[in-house]
Amino acid sequence: MKLGQRLSEWTEAFRIALEQLLAHKVRSLLTALGVIIGIVAVTLMGTAIKGIDTGFTNSLDMLGQDLFYLEKWPWRDVGDEWFLYRNRPNIELSDADEINQWIRNRDDSSLRVAVPSKVAFRSIQREDRSIGSVYINGTTADFALINTADIREGRFFSYPEEKSARNVIVLGHDVADTLFPEGIDQAMGGEVVISGFTFRVIGVLQRQGSFLGLQSFDNQVIIPLPSMLRFFTGNWRNSIRVQAEPGAGMEYAADELTGLYRRIRGLLPGEPDNFEINRSEALEDQLGPVKSGLALAGFFITGLALFVGAIGIMNITFVSVKERTREIGTRRAIGARRQAILLQFLIEAVSICLLGGLIGLILAYGLKTAIASAFPAFPFTFSTDLVIMACFLSILTGIVSGIAPAWQAARLDPANALRHE
Amino acid sequence: MGPEMKQKSGNPVIRIRSMRKVYKLGPTEVIALDGIDLDVFQNEYIAIMGPSGSGKSTLMNILGCLDTPDSGEYFLADEPVDEMDDDALALIRNREIGFIFQSFNLLPRTSILRNVELPLVYSGLSREERVRRARQALDRVGLAERVNHQPNELSGGQRQRVAIARALVNEPSILLADEPTGNLDSQTGEEILALFEDLYLQGHTLLVVTHEDHVAQHARRCVRLRDGLVESDKPIREPALAPPS
Repeated sequence: MKLGQRLSEWTEAFRIALEQLLAHKVRSLLTALGVIIGIVAVTLMGTAIKGIDTGFTNSLDMLGQDLFYLEKWPWRDVGDEWFLYRNRPNIELSDADEINQWIRNRDDSSLRVAVPSKVAFRSIQREDRSIGSVYINGTTADFALINTADIREGRFFSYPEEKSARNVIVLGHDVADTLFPEGIDQAMGGEVVISGFTFRVIGVLQRQGSFLGLQSFDNQVIIPLPSMLRFFTGNWRNSIRVQAEPGAGMEYAADELTGLYRRIRGLLPGEPDNFEINRSEALEDQLGPVKSGLALAGFFITGLALFVGAIGIMNITFVSVKERTREIGTRRAIGARRQAILLQFLIEAVSICLLGGLIGLILAYGLKTAIASAFPAFPFTFSTDLVIMACFLSILTGIVSGIAPAWQAARLDPANALRHE
Repeated sequence: MGPEMKQKSGNPVIRIRSMRKVYKLGPTEVIALDGIDLDVFQNEYIAIMGPSGSGKSTLMNILGCLDTPDSGEYFLADEPVDEMDDDALALIRNREIGFIFQSFNLLPRTSILRNVELPLVYSGLSREERVRRARQALDRVGLAERVNHQPNELSGGQRQRVAIARALVNEPSILLADEPTGNLDSQTGEEILALFEDLYLQGHTLLVVTHEDHVAQHARRCVRLRDGLVESDKPIREPALAPPS
């Protein structure tokens, strides 16, 4: 009996809410507009933040989650201490051989392979076309083992090609696209010129996208290290990529590499490291706070939009209570408990918000699709948990905005309410 | 049911003892009820009269459990109403009291059937049972064919009949009518009063608040209030059948 009574209070409340929505279509829609805008803003912000997050993870994957970058400079802002790092010795690429030797001699090493890289920025020409500031990576054939990008066309250069310093080149996607506008598949076997040396194209990399939307990974080329020495011998941007064994702990591997490289460098105990072991995780630590700060600010601003919507709902619910004071009195007189009246107006407010939320979601989805087709580079993600979050937020808005008017309605004295004109 | 069967028996349906109600309007106190005693027995038809300010509205509100007295006792169907909390009062209103208002107070844009069903909604009956009993009640007031109409499609007299059906639907102990003919022309008013007469003859207990003598003349007993006190309490017709207690 008690349960049946509660159940009918709920069903009656939903019935009234639906009736009211239908009876005041324009009013309901205008009121819901605030929530619609709020939910659109929150949802788009959510997709953007999720998108940035996904892009971030993708970018870290481009760097390779299992790779160490043995370099002179750390991947962080060094501030006023820059001269300490500046005075460090450059990374000698021959050290990669020593690391590989160590790995070969030890079965239990947590490291797998070390690959040296010499880095320069040069423009590349083909006939009358040219592309500037391309990231030139001079490396060994082992690079194919640790490369995080897939080969789209052709192949990587071989061990003999590296040793005999053949002028072969693997192009990044954007480089191939610029120099071979007639089609990337036409690039194979073509010839490009770097600093006066002609290189034959043997492969093109898959498109990778840009790192955090800043530095493009597709604006690079890969050539054999000995071939690069023909036009560039600078050591200041040298790095050695060291891959950890699959399954080996990254911390453990980092310790082994640090110990090994200190030995190679001949550092005494107590002396600080004069090299840096960079890894993608370090970037994660550094960019994490930025990411959460962005999310916090974004949700705060969009939350304000939702708050304004909530005030609109509260206002209209107060009006509704005022208009229907007699009805409240009548319902109370024929046996509605306070709780039933409270529920009635609360559910009315929640219904408007939920309606607004659903319309907002549909609009946000449309906008997201439009933006995604206009700017394909922006990584929008529209997911189920976002839909759930939007619905939850709408209901919460409804409760927050409906509770005060509903409480007022429930507190009305029935005798006075009946006398209300 | 013959008049000889209508006997006062057992405990009164309503028993009020030294009931007081005082309203505070700023610094002044208005004594609405100043210690009233009243007994209403099963199957009585009582008119409550009095000039405005005599306390009849207050008495009506308290009898209808819409308001609570400051002091005094009120037993409705042997239950101590003056000690009840708000939820319990809502339950009493739902089960024991049928309200009939001057301005009908039907819900707009809601079918006649739904309007009559409403008390049953709050008592938590199943939908089939609600519809069955609502149709029954509408049948008793002669509106069985109008169940799907909306209130604004009906005449004033028909609306008041719907309100009476709503009051009857939960089989309450008493029917409380507040100026039930006040918004109706005299002929329609007489029709409603004839319906009241039928209900009385069927065994219902009716309390009608009115300031019109011809309405009061239909009742069997007339209670006149003045300045928060019972001024007079006497039978109107058939004194042998409904004497004052």
